Amino acid sequence: MQTNFTPELLADSHMRASEKIVRSCVHCGFCTATCPTYLLLGDELDSPRGRIYLIKDMLENRRPATELEVKHVDRCLSCLACMTTCPSGVHYMHLVDHARAYIEATYQRPLADRMLRAALSRIIPSRGLFRAALRLAKIGRPLRPVVARIPQYGAKLTAMLALAPKSIPARVETEGPGEFRARGGGPQRRRIALLTGCAQAVLAPEINAATIRLINRTGVDVVLPEGEGCCGSLVHHMGREARSLAQARANIDVWTREIDRGGLEAIVVTASGCGTTIKDYGFMLRDDALYAEKAARISALAKDVTEYLTGLDLRFENPAKLVVAYHSACSMQHGQKITDAPKMLLRRAGFTVRDVPEGHICCGSAGTYNLLQPEIAGRLRARKVANIARVRPDVIATGNIGCITQIAAGTSIPIAHTAEMLDWASGGPRPAGL
Amino acid sequence: MSQIAFPPPDVAILARRDAILAGLAFLPEECLIVDAIERRAFETDALTAYRRLPLAVVLPRSTEEVARVLKYCSEVGVNVVPRGAGTSLSGGAIPQEDAIVIGLSKMSRILEINLADRYARVEAGVTNLAISEAVVAEGFFYAPDPSSQLACTIGGNIGMNSGGAHCLKYGVTTNNVLGVRLVTLDGEILDLGGTHLDAGGFDWLGLVVGSEGQLGIVTEATVRILRAAEGARPVLFGFDSAEAAGECVAAIIGAGIVPVAMEYMDRLAIEICEGFAHAGYPLDVEAMLIIEVEGSDEEMQAQLAKITAIARDSGVKTIRESLSAMESAQIWKGRKSAFGATGRIADYICMDGTVPASRLPEALRRTGEICASYGLRVANVFHAGDGNMHPLVLYNCNDPVQQAKAEDAGNELLKLCVQLGGCLTGEHGVGIEKRDLMRFQFSAKDLDQQMRVRAAFDPNWRMNPAKVFPLDQRI
Repeated sequence: MQTNFTPELLADSHMRASEKIVRSCVHCGFCTATCPTYLLLGDELDSPRGRIYLIKDMLENRRPATELEVKHVDRCLSCLACMTTCPSGVHYMHLVDHARAYIEATYQRPLADRMLRAALSRIIPSRGLFRAALRLAKIGRPLRPVVARIPQYGAKLTAMLALAPKSIPARVETEGPGEFRARGGGPQRRRIALLTGCAQAVLAPEINAATIRLINRTGVDVVLPEGEGCCGSLVHHMGREARSLAQARANIDVWTREIDRGGLEAIVVTASGCGTTIKDYGFMLRDDALYAEKAARISALAKDVTEYLTGLDLRFENPAKLVVAYHSACSMQHGQKITDAPKMLLRRAGFTVRDVPEGHICCGSAGTYNLLQPEIAGRLRARKVANIARVRPDVIATGNIGCITQIAAGTSIPIAHTAEMLDWASGGPRPAGL
Repeated sequence: MSQIAFPPPDVAILARRDAILAGLAFLPEECLIVDAIERRAFETDALTAYRRLPLAVVLPRSTEEVARVLKYCSEVGVNVVPRGAGTSLSGGAIPQEDAIVIGLSKMSRILEINLADRYARVEAGVTNLAISEAVVAEGFFYAPDPSSQLACTIGGNIGMNSGGAHCLKYGVTTNNVLGVRLVTLDGEILDLGGTHLDAGGFDWLGLVVGSEGQLGIVTEATVRILRAAEGARPVLFGFDSAEAAGECVAAIIGAGIVPVAMEYMDRLAIEICEGFAHAGYPLDVEAMLIIEVEGSDEEMQAQLAKITAIARDSGVKTIRESLSAMESAQIWKGRKSAFGATGRIADYICMDGTVPASRLPEALRRTGEICASYGLRVANVFHAGDGNMHPLVLYNCNDPVQQAKAEDAGNELLKLCVQLGGCLTGEHGVGIEKRDLMRFQFSAKDLDQQMRVRAAFDPNWRMNPAKVFPLDQRI
């Protein structure tokens, strides 16, 4: 597509990257067909092609964002189904990330929205604050009908309360920091770092506990380094660039220290949303002379747990003959392009794996999307759980905590992380709720 | 640059814009787009070299809403441009400054599926592929399959009489549409055709299919759905020269063999598509044919044996049969993504001229010569069995000189097709792209007659007015 960025604009690295992306788009419209919001709303402005056009026009004219661009960019789930569909290789993720940062820099959101976003970006990445908030939410759950009537905040707060767990798991040892050494093994230790991250450790500590057992069983040590925290994805998707980069740099420092201390053959991630972002650190910090190289090294080391396990010797015993509906998180299939590895592992573990019809369409979780856009997220969840029910599974397996929370709130079919299922099939405990 | 002219906008309409839009207030907020920031996204389709910001965009949710909007536009004298998914390569959905775009994207429901009588009734905004997907579990499909079938709408297919790879055997849109609901400019709702072939009365469908949104707006369609064959197998035939592949196509058609699809790709197109789809295309050949046969195993083998014998006579270099459904899917994914994937290496304009199959070798040779004379690269990927050429003329759209050259080369290519006994458009429609070349194919008398028919529906030229007919010859 023709572009019209002035040389002055192109002096800016972000603008240069975005110009290149827009330039590669041929406006064929294929992306509209697999965009969840276009399917629901039927307005090209709520499709990738429409958003690319809005973003292009805003950036080319260096126009501060208005509530119109904000409305349509905010409605984007960043599910990246469009990137899987696009034959021209348009890197929509980097474009919409830039747009979100540009919006944050040039547009003042209404007060209620600003406060909500500030609270979310402060609370969720901090395990302590998030735990405290969930305790409050637990008390608030029964008050949903009252909360719903609060002006401006009502719908979103109700969505949050609905998603909050009924019971909050206690803090466990596998939250780290610490090192979990595999039994046996010679002097040549193999070692990986496992991301503890933020929300998942609070909502579902059993996922990383299962992962540690699983990886230890293959003879590999697992380290949860001191000082590691949220990957930055959450604020990154809110356009808060400085904070997301600060979080990225902090983690890069921690992992780099760990590499220097004892070597790491991978940084294993059990939430595919986080994995997508960590794999993008190299791009995010490309202009940072101090970090560019280190960031690229960390990105190259980052592996989804299923990606890492595929190369290891895992033995499964007494498999449970269950039908598993595999829900591929968008960050897994579109963000990281990991499609077969989780299913192959589940099959190797003895489960009957079924694909979910319309599996390329988002469940509506999308980070904080289900909190900020509850209406669209709710419709997508209904569509997703109906599609899952069609394959009549005993259990749903997936690789992202956001999807687990979102889908669990809409179905009575048990749901577990792929790593929990694999841990169970190789000698670990039965996943809760199964 | 912009070699293709648009009529100057009606300043009186622009001056009355606010008052005109006020009359559309009966539409809910999410169905009416008025702000320039939002309208901008509708200024073009897949022919992005041309762009016009529309007066407004409306996205109606029902036939009744379409009728109300059209009636209103007719009363206030505003031009109307219909839009499906905006995937037109000929500029069929490009608006004008004084026109209101009516987009059918909110009308995307499948209304009825009748397997016993083999039809599906759908709203016009349903995508082509969604129809097949709705019946695939029962073993049926909707035959015409434009490469953009994932995204393009049945309404747009009807407007352009779209084709596709499998039309060689099953015919194009006009052979697969049984009925339409058409809203005329004065808001009248007409049901044309029916639920079976050859409905009684005049052949209104023959008139409406391919009319490029100039007679009215189709809001619903009843289409044939067909039983899928027992099996289908694409086979890749690689050749050392374009002419050899072209001769092979002519020989197969000449022998009375009708495979379900016969697609051509040249070396550049093969490279581009293989890079995206990893379909296992041969990379050491000058041209490749994807020939698909279908039926029972015996039928497929018998037909393949005949085709292979002809291919050997034409000097085929490599032959590779698809061995699994997954391989077949990749082979078709590569072919159907060809245009978009070309965007990875350059901008392009995609031609759509058609020649008799026997003239393909000559057409291919001349295509290369014409593009070379402009110093431009060309990738050929097209429906060879139908003689429907799609040279993709590659250029840099940020360079106005190259853009002008690409358009000149494109015009020469289309004229070549007419000279070889073919026509300007196989399936993409005339749009704005081939509008001024219509004189090259039709005499003034022919065009006058076509325009008289058009004027019977729309005497004031309000419906998609800048398209199809040369601007200076309007009646």
